[in-house]
Amino acid sequence: MLLGTNLLMAQTAAGAAPGQEEAPKVDWTGIAYYVLIFFLICLGVAIVGKILKIYDLTLKMQGKKGIKWNTVMAVICIVFLFVGLYGAYWSFTEQGSMTLPEAASAHGVKIDEMFTVTTVLTMIVFFVTQILLFTFLFQYRHSDKRRAHFLPHNNTIEKVWTIAPAIVLTILVVFGFFTWQKIMNSENLKDDINIDVTGHQFAWELRYPGKDGVLGPKDFRLVTGANLLGVNFKKKSSFDDLKVDTMYLPVNKSIRLNILAQDVIHSVYMPHFRVQLNAVPGLPTFFKFTPTITTAEMRTKLDDPKFEYTLYCNKICGGSHYNMQKVVRVVSEAEYQSWLSRQKPYLNDALRKELHFAAANNEQSGASTNRLALNN
Amino acid sequence: MSTLAVHDHAGAHHDEHGHEHHHDQSFLSKYVFSMDHKMIAKQFLITGITMAVIAMILSILFRIQLAYPDKTFPLLTTLLGRFAPNGRISPDFYLALVTIHGTIMVFFVLTAGLSGTFANLLIPLQVGARDMASPFMNMLSYWFFFLASVIMLSSFFVQKGPASGGWTIYPPLSALPKAMPGSGEGMTLWLISMVLFVASSLMGGINYVSTVLNMRTKGMDLWKMPLTIWALFLTAILGILAFPVLVAGVVLLIFDRSVGTSFYLSDIVLNGVQQPFEGGSPILFQHLFWFLGHPEVYIVIMPAMGISSEVMSVNSRKPIFGYHAMVYSLIGITVLSFIVWGHHMFVTGMNPFLGGVFMITTLIIAVPSAVKTFNWLATLWRGNIRFTPAMLFAIGMVSFFISGGLTGIFLGNATLDINLHDTYFVVAHFHLVMGSAAIFGMLAGVYHWFPKMFGRMMDEKLGYLHFWLTFICAYLVFFPMHFMGLDGVPRRYYAFTEFASMQKWLTINTFVTWAAIIAALTQFGFLYNFFVSIFKGQKATQNPWESNTLEWTTPVEHLHGNWPGEIPTVYRWPYDYSKPGAEEDYIPQTVPYSQTMSSNLPHDFEDNPAGLEELNKFTSTLKANEQVK
Ligand code: HEM
Ligand SMILES: [Cu+2]
Ligand SMILES: [Cu+2]
Repeated sequence: MLLGTNLLMAQTAAGAAPGQEEAPKVDWTGIAYYVLIFFLICLGVAIVGKILKIYDLTLKMQGKKGIKWNTVMAVICIVFLFVGLYGAYWSFTEQGSMTLPEAASAHGVKIDEMFTVTTVLTMIVFFVTQILLFTFLFQYRHSDKRRAHFLPHNNTIEKVWTIAPAIVLTILVVFGFFTWQKIMNSENLKDDINIDVTGHQFAWELRYPGKDGVLGPKDFRLVTGANLLGVNFKKKSSFDDLKVDTMYLPVNKSIRLNILAQDVIHSVYMPHFRVQLNAVPGLPTFFKFTPTITTAEMRTKLDDPKFEYTLYCNKICGGSHYNMQKVVRVVSEAEYQSWLSRQKPYLNDALRKELHFAAANNEQSGASTNRLALNN
Repeated sequence: MSTLAVHDHAGAHHDEHGHEHHHDQSFLSKYVFSMDHKMIAKQFLITGITMAVIAMILSILFRIQLAYPDKTFPLLTTLLGRFAPNGRISPDFYLALVTIHGTIMVFFVLTAGLSGTFANLLIPLQVGARDMASPFMNMLSYWFFFLASVIMLSSFFVQKGPASGGWTIYPPLSALPKAMPGSGEGMTLWLISMVLFVASSLMGGINYVSTVLNMRTKGMDLWKMPLTIWALFLTAILGILAFPVLVAGVVLLIFDRSVGTSFYLSDIVLNGVQQPFEGGSPILFQHLFWFLGHPEVYIVIMPAMGISSEVMSVNSRKPIFGYHAMVYSLIGITVLSFIVWGHHMFVTGMNPFLGGVFMITTLIIAVPSAVKTFNWLATLWRGNIRFTPAMLFAIGMVSFFISGGLTGIFLGNATLDINLHDTYFVVAHFHLVMGSAAIFGMLAGVYHWFPKMFGRMMDEKLGYLHFWLTFICAYLVFFPMHFMGLDGVPRRYYAFTEFASMQKWLTINTFVTWAAIIAALTQFGFLYNFFVSIFKGQKATQNPWESNTLEWTTPVEHLHGNWPGEIPTVYRWPYDYSKPGAEEDYIPQTVPYSQTMSSNLPHDFEDNPAGLEELNKFTSTLKANEQVK
């Protein structure tokens, strides 16, 4: 059946390729072929059903009991259990190995530890309960000779299985709570590297502070074509800010992402660092973390010379939500400094012109521009 | 009193229409504007199934996009026109598909379709009432729901397509018509539809609660109610308390969209143009939405839990284990589900301390869920299990609830949620626990009470096929998604082609799509079985499953008022299955203890000293007799 699709795909692709202008043609024969397959399957099911019915009837005519569907189902249950267990194991090893590599940040390691503990605990429960469920189904399948065991309740065991999960969950909650508080409430340090991340449809804008280490303030009212972020140039701290394209981070330094959105909610998601925080218009937020593994190190670890850390949007934000990404590079301090020295200031020529123009206008005449300036 | 009222009303019908037809009622009042709870239940069910099929087809459309992001399917252009130019679904329409799929499945199928069907059918029948407290309001409830469905679907026919901000419709995306095509008229229709939907749900819910509280038959005290009734009753309470908050949220959103208020909006620059909104908070909407949204997920699962409990008890021929614990855990879930909504908002920028508090409440709610699971397992233990299709679906519900519930423990932990929020891990979680478990609970109910609804049986073998294919495919679809989430693959992405790191999931996506297609095709087997059995199924007997509950004491042929004579009196709880000493392995609720002396237990008379004395006398004479022998 899958082979058939490929065939269909190939056909439609070939059909669509030559005339890109005109609407692609529908491949009706391919579709008819699928519909036919579907009906054949239905027919097959119907025939098998009839055969079973006849077989059942003949058994009954011979004075036997007919197909024991309860037993059949019980057997399928136990088969399902074994196949399912193997399937789960396969999925864990096969797809489980395709998941994120080890955390590349200090707090991420703690998250991963907690993840492992939670996984072990929940998987024990998962396997035990599923195994019990399906073995019970098999073992206690219907029999006319037996009666079920009348057992309306048993207070002791019910207490046990109320309290046991409560204890386990309390442990998880307590650890989770303290780790969470630590991650989210870390104090601001003097040498935090502040990075301004602003989301809009459909891109991220990155701004680094200049030598003063302070990001100039922003105001959405100041946004213009040249001043996309609305940086306020009435403030001194704004003048040395840098506009960058790729997020470079020095390894083992505390980073503070200052997060904001301009139009709709976006989400700054950097899964390798176990970092995520929504970017909300009107609500500036921040996330602090310390990268611990450089891009180069990660490349050797993963044996993938093309590996890049990425930052991407993880809150539905419109048509191009699926392609809103930035490359993140974690580098040594020296590399970071040399990269930093090569970055262009946010206050570029176009913006200078725009601001000068406004200032000049302001001096010459016009209450209107004056008002605009006051608004600033 | 209420019984009388219903009689009057049935009589009135007779007078009005009796001479027009041979039947008591005209076609219109019997099948369309019916006030009979059984007919309304069927209306809800069939509308719900229709909506489910539509939402399922939508999901196959977007699954095709995920499996074959680079291929063109000219047929899609033929079917969808401007929404799928050049043989590919457009990114905006992709989002519209996931939005409407989610909305329909959560609200129209699993809320109205599930509660609407089974609360209407079972509450009067299982508590022993002739109809709902207010049959007229009940009818309105259905027709508001119907109208809401029509409006929701009509949004496919507006120029820019349906709402597409996700079923959670977070502003500003949903508030600014220019932010995406779906936030135009499509969103307006979504909002109108939801207001009508909530009105329907409230009218239904008030009816369910008042019927359960006021119209139980003689002897049916609260602790003799089947778990289905407990579940539907608590679900209705949840809905009554939570849905109005959604309306509040939606109305403020309508104001922001049309009147220019700034409840949810502030500091916005859209496409380089400053918007005049100031002082609002997008987070406020999320609080209002999830204040409903979280109870909503329990509104969806609790009826499924109740149905599964009942079906599993009947078909294991065993009392449900820990009836009281089952009720208390339902009550616990009901209460707790109001104080956990913030777990959907851990990384929104909400105050982290609040996140910590919500983490604590969230993990507490896992305790009653665990208790229920263990009690189901104990119910099966040493049972005498009959595998009817309903039983299989109830078992599937338990299996899915375990698988999906356990991942809730990851997500409820704010620390872990940092990296899991809005990834496919969440998609896997809620599809297992809701998309699979709750749907299976609903299907269990359909198979189990089909004879009650239509007087005929569904085909059992086709039911088996339906169960196994759906069960296996659902696991194949949702299990691998956990690992995609653990790789940081976000939900609601149109394609994973733009990221080198996500391309490796393409084979899995193709696999999942094919599993989903097979599951979807299997549902046509169910539809065939359902609709053919309505007309051609084997005639049902009065109590086909040998069940204890009251609905099986009504005649197979429906009549308005349910019981031809007096409503039966109830003497015992609904779970006396396989009681030692009894003749049969079930004792209906209507059988008094005086007729079952040989099987009575001291426990049965805990609050009835006279009965206990009687029992003691009986046992001592029995012993004396034996000694004489
Ligand atoms: C065992 C108890 C449960 C816990 C601890 C739990 C926890 C959570 C958490 C924390 C989230 C938010 C994840 C995120 O967005 O990052 C979530 C999402 C969700 N849960 Fe559960 N859950 C549980 C049971 C259920 C049940 C029984 C249902 C429904 C029948 C359900 C349906 C959902 C849905 C629909 C979402 C996703 C909403 C969305 O973002 O679209 N959950 N759950
Ligand atoms: Cu975005
Ligand atoms: Cu929730």
